[in-house]
Amino acid sequence: MSDWPILSIVTFLPLLGAALLLFINGEEANVARNSRGVALWTSVFTFLVSLMLWVNFDKTTADFQFVEKADWMPGLNISYHMGVDGISVLFVLLATFLTPICILSAWEAIQKRVKEYMIAFLVLETMMIGMFSSLDGLLFYLFFEGVLIPMFIIIGVWGGQRRVYAAFKLFLYTLLGSVLMLVALLAMYFDAGTTDIPTLMQYGFSYNMQLWLWLAFFASFAVKVPMWPVHTWLPDAHVEAPTAGSVILAGVLLKMGGYGFLRFSLPMMPLASETFAPLIFTLSIIAIIYTSLVALAQQDMKKLIAYSSIAHMGIVTVGAFTFNQHGIEGSIFQMLSHGVVSGALFLCVGVVYDRIHTREIDAYGGLVHRMPSYALIFMFFTMASVGLPGTGGFVGEILTLLGAFEANTWVAFFAATGLILGAAYALYLYRRIIFGALTKENLKTILDLSPREWLLFAPLVIVVLWMGVYPVSFLDVMHVSVENLVNHVETAQAAAAQAAQLTAN
Amino acid sequence: MGVSMLNLGAALPEIFMAVSALALLMLGVFAGKDKAFRTVSWLAVAVHIVAIILVVTGQGGSAFFGQFKADAFAQFCKVLILIGSSVGIVMSMKFAERENMSRFEFPILISLATVGMMAMVSATDMMSLYLGLELQSLALYVVAAIRRDTVRSTESGLKYFILGSIASGILLYGMSMVYGFTGTTSFAVLADTLTGGNLPVGAMVGLAFIFAGLCFKISAVPFHMWTPDVYEGAPTPVTSFFAVAPKIAGLALFIRVAVGPFGGVVADWQQIIVLISILSMMLGSFAALRQENIKRLMAYSSIGHVGFALVGLAAGTEEGVTGVLVYLGIYLVMNLGTFAVILCMRRNDRMNEEITDLAGLAKTKPLMAAITAILMFSMAGIPPLAGFFGKFYVFKAAVDAGLVTLAVIGLVTSVVSAYYYLRIIKVMYFDEPVEGFDRNGTEMNVIMALATVAILVFVFFPNPLMDSAAIAAASLFGQ
Repeated sequence: MSDWPILSIVTFLPLLGAALLLFINGEEANVARNSRGVALWTSVFTFLVSLMLWVNFDKTTADFQFVEKADWMPGLNISYHMGVDGISVLFVLLATFLTPICILSAWEAIQKRVKEYMIAFLVLETMMIGMFSSLDGLLFYLFFEGVLIPMFIIIGVWGGQRRVYAAFKLFLYTLLGSVLMLVALLAMYFDAGTTDIPTLMQYGFSYNMQLWLWLAFFASFAVKVPMWPVHTWLPDAHVEAPTAGSVILAGVLLKMGGYGFLRFSLPMMPLASETFAPLIFTLSIIAIIYTSLVALAQQDMKKLIAYSSIAHMGIVTVGAFTFNQHGIEGSIFQMLSHGVVSGALFLCVGVVYDRIHTREIDAYGGLVHRMPSYALIFMFFTMASVGLPGTGGFVGEILTLLGAFEANTWVAFFAATGLILGAAYALYLYRRIIFGALTKENLKTILDLSPREWLLFAPLVIVVLWMGVYPVSFLDVMHVSVENLVNHVETAQAAAAQAAQLTAN
Repeated sequence: MGVSMLNLGAALPEIFMAVSALALLMLGVFAGKDKAFRTVSWLAVAVHIVAIILVVTGQGGSAFFGQFKADAFAQFCKVLILIGSSVGIVMSMKFAERENMSRFEFPILISLATVGMMAMVSATDMMSLYLGLELQSLALYVVAAIRRDTVRSTESGLKYFILGSIASGILLYGMSMVYGFTGTTSFAVLADTLTGGNLPVGAMVGLAFIFAGLCFKISAVPFHMWTPDVYEGAPTPVTSFFAVAPKIAGLALFIRVAVGPFGGVVADWQQIIVLISILSMMLGSFAALRQENIKRLMAYSSIGHVGFALVGLAAGTEEGVTGVLVYLGIYLVMNLGTFAVILCMRRNDRMNEEITDLAGLAKTKPLMAAITAILMFSMAGIPPLAGFFGKFYVFKAAVDAGLVTLAVIGLVTSVVSAYYYLRIIKVMYFDEPVEGFDRNGTEMNVIMALATVAILVFVFFPNPLMDSAAIAAASLFGQ
């Protein structure tokens, strides 16, 4: 089995499913039913195949595994190069894990142009997986930007009232960031003669060049994460996107930025990363505190969760730039748990939205009386979002804060303050929706979770608990790779410091 | 190589095209005027196809005593031009019959323009360059005004003619300056004479004039003013022809002149090209934002695309030229596809040209909407579609040549231009449908399908186009 190109199979299976969907024709109701079925089975099957990556992953090495390399553009020395290490393999799993849930969540919510919706989602899945597993800069860029096409369509066609505005904003913001990354990639290619990521990691650019490259990559990843002050596209996109779109946006797409920092900025530009770390810390802390306060004032459920995502991603960027084992592992873990938890929270919003068709917080209240199981599930994920011990959120936050404490006490102090605010808005949201008296007329007949919705939440609950209770099974996977990354960065920084010392003498 | 020989064999495709065009003219006249339109059109397409075969299998070499050269570069460009022209004829046939412009001269004029373009890209002397250019231009002036009974078409033909003549005059003036200061019109001799630090002021002025004339022909800013008016006024199939073949021929000629006779003084013209390129990209992006007419939009889009292609030329390297050629190949496919879509915008047997007419196409004609969306994403340069690779190669060449600022400006303007391409997708997918379009012609469906497939699969098979472009560029620098 090991000689099978598992990564390519996982990457392109969804695309194959999308191609299959193209051939479904006939009566509208049949097409819709068949499309749902094909899409669900494709994504479930993809997930099962991707588990092979998890099972066969060798945790004792930091090398890239499941590597595939084939000629693509030999004239330019650019090849189709895929592979995963301990950092990326979990993101691939995150993407394959969330996609079937998204598709299942759209089962009833999406009634028009079902086939196209499913095609868009499967194409999106291919792009996401491909991005996390490409080991060539150009290939990475293809997938990184390719994500925009299905996302634009998903928000624009199946979104809410201001969907057009949100779709354009998402597209143009991200594209503007990405083209600067493209220039940086071209500059790296010119300097190093290759776009091969493992080679570039060892290349060692000059300090001056690193600064420029870092800024260009930063422009792209900061928009994607998103970091303050380029975060404004996210609340709009989240509010207007259909539920599944929000889930995948918060769950996977935001992680592309964080992953980019770990894959490009840190190993390829270690010196510039050190120089700019204070910038990252400052922006992250502003993001954590400011967006938490903004979240407190929101009237729209999805907007509130969107702002909370920005705050949580602030923790992620702090962790990534601590340059120590705890911080980076915490950062990755936080991305994974946030992917699952915020995805689940958007699903929770989707559940009531499907019934009442409003996202106004004030339109709800006292749901616990009619929907006890929903209240339980919502409570669980709210607590996970706050970072209650025993859930995945706790592990990520505590590790990151540990790392931040090692790097800079003040950073840790302010980041921790943000967590308190986080608890405030999350609990405030929960109280307003779930507790209180059930006074609103239209809520009096609301129904509790359906079996399909139970099926939706069950795997998410299990994973969040698993991450919280036994995080080692995830940390083990990334440990060696992160160690390698930390050593690599430290060596480069130490060498530079020594060189500076020599010239000073 | 026999520079001092007539060597007609090297020009076989051109000679064949010219003779066939004249024969078709006879056929048209004797067959009773416009009744023969369809026959003449299909025969013209056949002639183009034969010419492609002749170009590909041709033995190459120099002809007409060093005035003409059939090298790999010319071969590459000629194939693109012939594809563009022949598809242009195919796309115009049904339109011409419905819109009462089925004059048999139309395919013949296109064929003659094509001969001119082929001569242009093979020119290795200022004289043969001018001959080719004028043959092309004269035919195009007439074609723009082919619907002489409508004001718009006549107006656009006249505008094109007057402005085109001025540009030709400027070009000729520049050539005479260069001739006056160097004593030769031959590219090869010029290349030997004009080397770094040895560019007489007069020749420099002549170079500027020549470049200005050529910029007009490819509608680069600031010589672009005619483009939107002519594109909008000319009948749509004519516009679709204008947007493709003459642009490719003009850019190919530009490359030949820039890296041929003036290849030794790159530093002297690089800044001109950089400036023109930036202006074209910016104008093409910003001016298109507010366009409502899709033909005008395509005019500005083509100005922008010329700017992007010039980025590669600005690099002045073999790699840059390769980039431009790849760009042209992809540009050809995208534009043919897009104009096939525009030609299908017929409702109740009338042409529609407003972007809003596309509203809700995703509901009325889902497949056509999907095709248009793919074309638009590709035009905007979004990976993994072919349009991205066109941009990738030229910007890579620019970065390699140290023109990082140019690359940054270019890519940022490409984000602006993404807005108006997205707007078309938005209208098709997000807006409520208006009345559906008439049934598409089969030939349009075929063209759209082929273009879309080419754009989609380019990412998997980039090498055929890239390799042939690289060989073509190498032939230009290896002389």
